[in-house]
Amino acid sequence: MRSWTAIRMTLVLTILTGIAYPVALVGLAHLLFPRQAEGTLVWRNGHVIGSLLIGQNFASARYFHPRPSAAGATGYDAAGSGGSNLGPTNKRLIEAVRSRASALREHEPGIGHGAIPVDMVTASASGLDPEITPAAAEAQVPRVARARGLAESTVRSLVASYTRGRMLGLLGEPRVNVLELNLALDDLASNSSSKAFR
Amino acid sequence: MVINAVIQVTIFSMLVTVISVPLGRYMARVFGRERTWLDPALVPLETIIYRICGVHAGLEQDWIEYSISMLVFSAVGMVLLYGIERLQYYLPLNPQHFGAIAPDLAFNTAASFTTNTNWQAYSGESTMSYFTQMAGLAFHNFVSAATGIAVAIAVIRGFVRRGGQTLGNFWVDLTRATLWVLLPLSILLSLVLIWQGVPQNFSRYVHARTLEGPEQVIAQGPVASQESIKELGTNGGGFFNANSAHPYENPTPLTNLLELIAIFAIGAGLTHTFGHMAGDRRQGWALFAAMGVLFLMGTSWAIWAEQRGNPQFAAMGIDQRATVMQAGGNMEGKEVRNGIVGSALWAVVTTDTSCGAVNAMHDSFTPLGGLVPLLNMQIGEIIFGGVGSGLYGMLVMAVLTVFIAGLMVGRTPEYLGKKIEGREMKLAMLFVLIFPAVILLPVGAAVATKAGLAGISNPGPHGLSQILYAFTSAAANNGSAFAGLNADTPFYNVLLAFVMLFGRFLMKVPVLALAGSLVAKKAVPPSAGTFPTGGATFVVLLVGVIIIVAALTFFPADALGPIVEELVMHAGKLY
Repeated sequence: MRSWTAIRMTLVLTILTGIAYPVALVGLAHLLFPRQAEGTLVWRNGHVIGSLLIGQNFASARYFHPRPSAAGATGYDAAGSGGSNLGPTNKRLIEAVRSRASALREHEPGIGHGAIPVDMVTASASGLDPEITPAAAEAQVPRVARARGLAESTVRSLVASYTRGRMLGLLGEPRVNVLELNLALDDLASNSSSKAFR
Repeated sequence: MVINAVIQVTIFSMLVTVISVPLGRYMARVFGRERTWLDPALVPLETIIYRICGVHAGLEQDWIEYSISMLVFSAVGMVLLYGIERLQYYLPLNPQHFGAIAPDLAFNTAASFTTNTNWQAYSGESTMSYFTQMAGLAFHNFVSAATGIAVAIAVIRGFVRRGGQTLGNFWVDLTRATLWVLLPLSILLSLVLIWQGVPQNFSRYVHARTLEGPEQVIAQGPVASQESIKELGTNGGGFFNANSAHPYENPTPLTNLLELIAIFAIGAGLTHTFGHMAGDRRQGWALFAAMGVLFLMGTSWAIWAEQRGNPQFAAMGIDQRATVMQAGGNMEGKEVRNGIVGSALWAVVTTDTSCGAVNAMHDSFTPLGGLVPLLNMQIGEIIFGGVGSGLYGMLVMAVLTVFIAGLMVGRTPEYLGKKIEGREMKLAMLFVLIFPAVILLPVGAAVATKAGLAGISNPGPHGLSQILYAFTSAAANNGSAFAGLNADTPFYNVLLAFVMLFGRFLMKVPVLALAGSLVAKKAVPPSAGTFPTGGATFVVLLVGVIIIVAALTFFPADALGPIVEELVMHAGKLY
């Protein structure tokens, strides 16, 4: 009697909370917020180039670089999210940070012998952090400007216009979305070259 | 950046306080079967459910019958989830064609979600089909939370009813917790999350061609519907491996705030439900105040520890100062949008409760920063707590406190007019002692065996912390982890599954027995010698008892893990 009630209750609540509820929300989501429901994807020239919310790798000098990633075997694996889970006294953590720091000192003219913003040398929690701090963006401005033949002030003002402050000035932390900023850089280039042809 | 921390913590605390009062009153009406504004929509549905399931809503149960119903229902749900995991290849909504889950992992996961733990020895996006996530896991997010709320309500009835034998009807409490509390809140929260960017679809994983050329496969799914109940029900099982650190689960500062509020809301509300049902709202506020004090202590400590950063980094010329340009601090395993304050606050909230969702990797916290979530779980997750389990855990501590106060002045202790006698104290102590036993004994077993030691990924004292954290999290039904521990092995899967089951049901039954023993007692009118449990003296004493009990039990183990690691870290030693 009791177990029969338990079985029926399990089935009824599975249908209600495990099937009807998520299915109804999929419908509502596509009605109200279709772009977000499908993962805030970005399209260029007819194909998906990524999601604004998902960090992707940038290695070329012409682009701003994201934070180090421990997701998947090679990083930025958006089907295998995760952090390094290295502890604060683990040699492997300290070695990884040291080698990232020396690579930055070599390739980042904006840093040289100066202090390195901590988010540039530490792996994010998800491995897919789409954002960097304004400090990390500022440190990359000289390299990007040089690689693209732009004035540093041009790049810097682009960074400023893509910097998001705290929500209502209070919540979260200031940040810059890397993919958004890099797309804006590319747009800047194509606009100015089309002007040149005109 | 003390100001930033104070602002964000204050906003969060005020919103939780403001929301908890009406929510607590509403829940008192729901479980008192009084009229609510959702009745026109939900009463017909409720009636149909009782008819299908053969529930006689008017029939009340004593503590034994209530416990058996709860245990049988949990067992059926656990078997069903195991079946879904093993058969997911043949079930619908599996666009990535994931195969069956291995038996030990399926058993671990079934125990984990049935017990409201949501310990995850798997990565969601590479293991579980959409159907398993929804019908298997999200279903348990609802019903394990509803079960916790039901038991808390039954325990409150034990304290506040004057005579009689019964504690309510488990099936009715379960149904009403699901329909009136969890579902409406989940739908609302899901819609806001979707608006902010949390996906809700059944699409195949997206193959993106990135700006620099290489392909990136982006996991998708019905994320929002699971995210909202995962926080509201203090379950914590992430859709993705990175949990609420994943930008698809928690994309903005607004979602971070709302998810944090959702974790605390019901547990905080239940203290007021208790006050209402006791007919004396100060009794509820006293518990709320004790919880609030402990919450603020943990939060300040964790933010301070993480903002200090890693001394090794400072030596390399890495800037960990908080400025207007960056949050600074120990950013390994944290997300830029959450920074230090948002991550440390989350680590505290998720372990004050039995949630266990994470928005930063606790394994990479500084030793003292990671000690805070560990301690929170060790005091039994009674700071607002798991939905339901937090309140009845706190009520047991309240019983212990009036007992100690009674010893000090030489009077028979009473709580809410009920005399606390030998049988009640034995049951309360059983509750207090089972918990460290199911943590420390298996920790001992793990550090004494090859299979246990093989799981360690961070050597040195941190390795002990990883194992201690795992069993504490399992017994406390939290589910967060020092996630470097390689726990997807038969040894850990099976041992942790049993610890989760013991930590849940071996504690629920004594507390229901306590309620059953109290409900039959006649209330004695308060006299000049009655210790008032609605005031500040009681709050101070209660906080003291909670800290002392946890410290006596767990200090030796914690000293060998996080505390030693803190000392050697500042001495510059690495492992």
